[in-house]
Amino acid sequence: MNISRVSWPKVLLYVLLTIYAFITLIPFLWALSASFKPLSEIVSGEPNFLPKNFTLNNYRQIFVQEPLFWRWLFNSVIIAVSVTLLNLLFNSMAGYALARLHFVGKRFWFFVILAVLAVPAQITLIPTFLILKAIGWLNSYQGMIVPSMINATFIFMMRQFFVNFPKELEEAAQLDGLNTFGIFRHIVLPLAKPALAAQAIFVFMGSWNNFLLPVVILFDPEMFTLPLGLNTFKGQYISYWNYIMAASMIFTLPALGIYAFFNRYFIQSATFTGGKG
Amino acid sequence: MTENLAGYLFMIPTILVLGTFVVLPILYAVFLSLHKVQLLGGIEYDFIGFRNFNRLIADERVWIALKNTAEYVAIVVPTQTVLALILAVTLNAGIRGKNWWRILYFLPTVTSSAVLTLIFMWIYNTDGLLNDFLAFVGLPTYNWLGDPAVALKGIMIMNIWSTAPFYMVIYLAALQDIPQKLYEAAELDGANGWQKFIYITIPLLKPVTFFVVAVGIIGTFQLFDQSYIFSGGTGGPNNATLTLVLLIYQAVFRNLQMGYAAAIAFLLAAVIIIITLMQQRFFGGERI
Repeated sequence: MNISRVSWPKVLLYVLLTIYAFITLIPFLWALSASFKPLSEIVSGEPNFLPKNFTLNNYRQIFVQEPLFWRWLFNSVIIAVSVTLLNLLFNSMAGYALARLHFVGKRFWFFVILAVLAVPAQITLIPTFLILKAIGWLNSYQGMIVPSMINATFIFMMRQFFVNFPKELEEAAQLDGLNTFGIFRHIVLPLAKPALAAQAIFVFMGSWNNFLLPVVILFDPEMFTLPLGLNTFKGQYISYWNYIMAASMIFTLPALGIYAFFNRYFIQSATFTGGKG
Repeated sequence: MTENLAGYLFMIPTILVLGTFVVLPILYAVFLSLHKVQLLGGIEYDFIGFRNFNRLIADERVWIALKNTAEYVAIVVPTQTVLALILAVTLNAGIRGKNWWRILYFLPTVTSSAVLTLIFMWIYNTDGLLNDFLAFVGLPTYNWLGDPAVALKGIMIMNIWSTAPFYMVIYLAALQDIPQKLYEAAELDGANGWQKFIYITIPLLKPVTFFVVAVGIIGTFQLFDQSYIFSGGTGGPNNATLTLVLLIYQAVFRNLQMGYAAAIAFLLAAVIIIITLMQQRFFGGERI
């Protein structure tokens, strides 16, 4: 009697959680399984979750037969990795300067960062396209990387982080003869790892999954990133869902890897946003 | 003196990039919206005053896009907020393996919109998984991709599913900050679980809910990827998935009307700002 009174709500809770887990997972499992099925099995109309005729042909097709797939993967990696590393460096530098250094015009620049936060991205999209066109950066890596290598949101986040940072270590390092750059490089950055890791996830995933900016500034299929390549795939192989799903799985893996790797930092940063932000 | 130099050395990448790709574009956008822009060969500008904005008011497709986007926001934002809250409260109810559930649930948020849209287009196929399921439980099936009456709803379902986990994580973090003492005190006063939820949890989560709704509105008003991929860039069937950002894209790349596109972008920005301000009033000026 007592046991059932205690556990029924719990049972209901686990049932709800399990049902929602299915809702979350089914599209992915369905796509994953399709990526290992021959097309005939996909269109046969039997909803079987385990492939009957397991095949790696779909993956072979996209890597061997689709000449640009490697290139798209390469482009996505180059752009996402560069954007992430540059953001980590530049956002921290600016955040640190705004939190700790005293220079003329500091309040003005902080105000500019805050104002930039409030501007919707669509406003800047067309002018950015025209500016990139004017300097000949359309359809190039630098066109994808340079406008994205700074992010006002994360400058603000890093500033908040550094403001709450204990000053003593920096002062001790200063007494030991380190200059501002040495302090930043050897003391500040290593201690900012959790904030940097959270930023790395957001920036990498944002760049890796970005669709609007590449669709606007990249037009040569050789320069496409994976989301654009995948979209042309859809047109080209209109009903070859087996290839499309295999390509989708390859595309998803790196983002999942980064997320799994940095997961605990990510949760900390969510605490930052939800509780104290 | 040296600190001034160091400050500016630290700031220089930010100043250059934000200046060139944010501040300059904002001023340029104002300029563009007041001009007719010719893109043949070089660029030519004809000053036309507010004619781009007048044209926008007369353009039927702008109103269709605005209506679609508003309908999308009105359904998606409340649904994903409530779902996120339910998921967070459920995960916070002292269950085992909380981290694993959280990672599992978060999966759709990590996955790119391009991949999710393709997976869902396939599931929404006339003979796809969703219709198989609906037929199996005896519900009516739909032509999710081709029928103007349900095409946008297909995108709504997908987006609620993929975005709710993001807000769930934010709610989860906030739930952990609520002092346990408040619940204990309420229990002493004889409050049941539902009363504790309504009188303690919901009011204390108000600032976070403000944040979730504000970010949700800004995000949903910018709907583009899913509509673009679903409709092959057209906004079809019959303009059912046309959104303001898609319209901006079409104005730039189909019709080469940069000035008009800039005007639509300002309309979008104005709508987002007005709704955010209204929401702020509604929440009694809460700030995050």
